[in-house]
Amino acid sequence: MIEGLIALWIFMLAAFTGYEVISRVPVILHTPLMSGSNFVHGIVLVGAMVALGEASGATEQLIGFIAVILAAGNAVGGYVVTERMLEMFKTKDEQNKKGGQE
Amino acid sequence: MNTVVQLCYFVAAVLFILGLKGMSSPRTARKGIVWAGIGMVLATVATFFHPDLHHAVNYLLIILAIAVSGGLAWWSGKRVPMTDMPQMVALYNGMGGGAAAAIGAVELFKAVSQIGATSAQQLAAQKDLGLEQVEQFAAGHSHVGSLLGADHAVLGISGALIGAVAFSGSLVAWAKLDGRLHRNQLLPAQQLVNLGVFVATVLFAILSYYTDGSAVIIVFFVLALVFGVFMAIPIGGADMPVVISLFNALTGLAVGFEGYLLGNPAMIIAGTVVGAAGSLLTQLMAKAMNRPLTNVLFSGFGTATADAG
Repeated sequence: MIEGLIALWIFMLAAFTGYEVISRVPVILHTPLMSGSNFVHGIVLVGAMVALGEASGATEQLIGFIAVILAAGNAVGGYVVTERMLEMFKTKDEQNKKGGQE
Repeated sequence: MNTVVQLCYFVAAVLFILGLKGMSSPRTARKGIVWAGIGMVLATVATFFHPDLHHAVNYLLIILAIAVSGGLAWWSGKRVPMTDMPQMVALYNGMGGGAAAAIGAVELFKAVSQIGATSAQQLAAQKDLGLEQVEQFAAGHSHVGSLLGADHAVLGISGALIGAVAFSGSLVAWAKLDGRLHRNQLLPAQQLVNLGVFVATVLFAILSYYTDGSAVIIVFFVLALVFGVFMAIPIGGADMPVVISLFNALTGLAVGFEGYLLGNPAMIIAGTVVGAAGSLLTQLMAKAMNRPLTNVLFSGFGTATADAG
């Protein structure tokens, strides 16, 4: 499906994308962005699901099961933690709205 | 159906990049994480229709694992105090690295079992085939590297190595920040020991490429895990955020490599984007602390005893 040179192109373009996307990020966002990118590599969940899904035999199933356990923790935990960190970056409108209700 | 799954992966990859872009500016940061979250849900749901998934038991195990682990992570992430956030990031990041390493382990063990199966088939086929053909066939399936193909085997083993190091290293970082581990040095001459363990790990990674049994692969994984612990142990607590960011980038890279082994473009793109973004972020964080990255990573080696005293 994606073999050899095509994959090399994808690796290259994705690497430049990652570099460009976060250049000029303010210091205040360093930790939330680290947490956010931590969430994004939670996509490993998809690979873990495939590894367990095509497993045959107890050893493969056991390691695959561990893979899904770990990956799901990465994805869900990464999201919750990032979301909570970014709570602090509410825009003025949202803050005003909340203030008005109270 | 497979086209629909692949299209979902494509949309998810776009959402991840847009999400990260959003998170790099304070005004759009909160929208960014939501976009990335939608991408993750889309990719996960689509994977249930992936053509490689079979056996009802495996489906049940997948759902059980996601429910239990996802529930625990949601609960722990919600109730942890704001000041403890960095170690939670380290913990979840380590889990991602461990998942990448485990995927590599499943694929390597599967390759080893296929080598056993093919040699049995060869014996059965020997009557019909000429000896030359049997030898050709055996040469193509005699070890992990030839069975998986050189590109898949090299990236799969490298990804497993990086993922395992990120896993155990992140767990040490979590334990240090959580106040569960205070020692700055494990062994005398830690720097030399680390070098030795690293060389041994790489050696067994190469041996794993040429092996046809699982013993070498198990030793390889143990060594990689030990190296991760040794790498993180001498580094002081104040430097930990930079180190977590480094492990975060390493996990991204490992996910990208395992994505190639599985032929999964979403993992390749998301993993590589995080690998590159995380590397840059690590440099920026080290710069914000006004010290070069090499200083953060290796300064602990010489001064550890002085710090402890």
